[in-house]
Amino acid sequence: MSNLGTDRVKRGMAEMQKGGVIMDVINAEQAKIAEEAGAVAVMALERVPSDIRAAGGVARMADPTIVEEVMNAVSIPVMAKARIGHIVEARVLEAMGVDYIDESEVLTPADEVYHLLKSDYTVPFVCGCRNIGEAARRIGEGASMLRTKGEPGTGNIVEAVRHMREVQTQIRQLIHMSKDEIMTFAKEHGAPYEVLLDIKERGRLPVVNFAAGGVATPADAALMMQLGADGVFVGSGIFKSDNPAKFARAIVEATTHYEDYELIAKVSKGLGTAMKGLEISTIAPEQRMQDRGW
Amino acid sequence: MTKVGVLGLQGAVREHVQSIEASGAEALIIKRKEQLDEIDGLVLPGGESTTMRRLIDKYDFFDALINFGKSGKPIFGTCAGLILLAKEIVGQDHAHLQLMDMKVERNAFGRQKDSFEAALNIKGIGADFDAVFIRAPYVVEVGDDVEVLASYKGNIVAARQGHYLCSAFHPELTDDLRMVHYFVEMVEQSIKQLASS
Repeated sequence: MSNLGTDRVKRGMAEMQKGGVIMDVINAEQAKIAEEAGAVAVMALERVPSDIRAAGGVARMADPTIVEEVMNAVSIPVMAKARIGHIVEARVLEAMGVDYIDESEVLTPADEVYHLLKSDYTVPFVCGCRNIGEAARRIGEGASMLRTKGEPGTGNIVEAVRHMREVQTQIRQLIHMSKDEIMTFAKEHGAPYEVLLDIKERGRLPVVNFAAGGVATPADAALMMQLGADGVFVGSGIFKSDNPAKFARAIVEATTHYEDYELIAKVSKGLGTAMKGLEISTIAPEQRMQDRGW
Repeated sequence: MTKVGVLGLQGAVREHVQSIEASGAEALIIKRKEQLDEIDGLVLPGGESTTMRRLIDKYDFFDALINFGKSGKPIFGTCAGLILLAKEIVGQDHAHLQLMDMKVERNAFGRQKDSFEAALNIKGIGADFDAVFIRAPYVVEVGDDVEVLASYKGNIVAARQGHYLCSAFHPELTDDLRMVHYFVEMVEQSIKQLASS
């Protein structure tokens, strides 16, 4: 008897990543630097979010050559991004054997109404969320891991903080609700009732929730861990910095020891300039990636 | 109360803490090597073995963990923890703690899409154990002193050598506490033995 792609196997994979850092990479060389620095996984991309933002146009799944190159370069898990609702991109990545798919708002959505039915796949999925409604809908569709959306490619942590706090606050509200109150809460948040009951019973989300979208420094990573993140995705921050290897190691250490301020001070020394970053209010509404997804 | 630590550098720490507590022992998350003095047994959890090894070196845990094992206190390695315990790793020049006389292969069952659940018979623990394998390793060869506890399709997935226990699967991810309970009993026995020696 053997069962592939069960909820336990898919969610369990993300549980093993807890307390770790998942790094965006665009080639084999960067993937090796990430693995060497102690990343628990890498996200294989054609361009990091800040470059996607700068380039404009339609952002799609990475060239399979890049994904394959990264898969061959490292022994840690490799993730890749598919457009929201793009069934074929997701199936292609699954067929290639990537370990996790990010149905990501960083790419231009392929479907403006529906997300992927992620429970249909053997490969597990991670999705972004800003609040409990999005979190519960993605879990309902079969996501095995969540992350905050933040505002990708900005190097500005404010949106990730907002989304993590929002989800945590709403979970606390939910836990203290009586069952008859939950149906109305479900209606107000557009969240599946059964998923909310599950969250209430567990006292937490049934899947891990990482921080993503704006982590630019070791202190940012530690901040997100203190706010309740299970781990951290770092996109543009690392390979846009002056010394990526050093920067990557520093982020890993700050994530492990997020309450050790002396250590965070130590690893933050001499890292050079972090990415410049963007003030959220300067981003035109149609350029805000976090508003993608439904 | 019996105190069992879980190495808390990265990975499925919370799940192990819950299963240890459900097995009637006190669980401690070990983030600094000095904490090893406070515990009677240690779990090396699942996670990414390369990441854990880096953090083990960074925080000077390496010798402390070996000394902990050599002092006779039990260690249970699950998945990545099994890799950390092995004397040899296929395709790598250097293994990690090398406390168990066995050769292991990483990601031996394949990538995540090949991850699976299966019912196992585990010697000394019981039948129909729901084992969750995630990008799991298996044991390729064992030395004479290592007792094989379970195999899946001819590959060794659980073993014991004296006070060391390992599994390629994740007993902490299910409600079946038999294997964690087995380890807690190992720890309780070792407390008695170490006290009388």
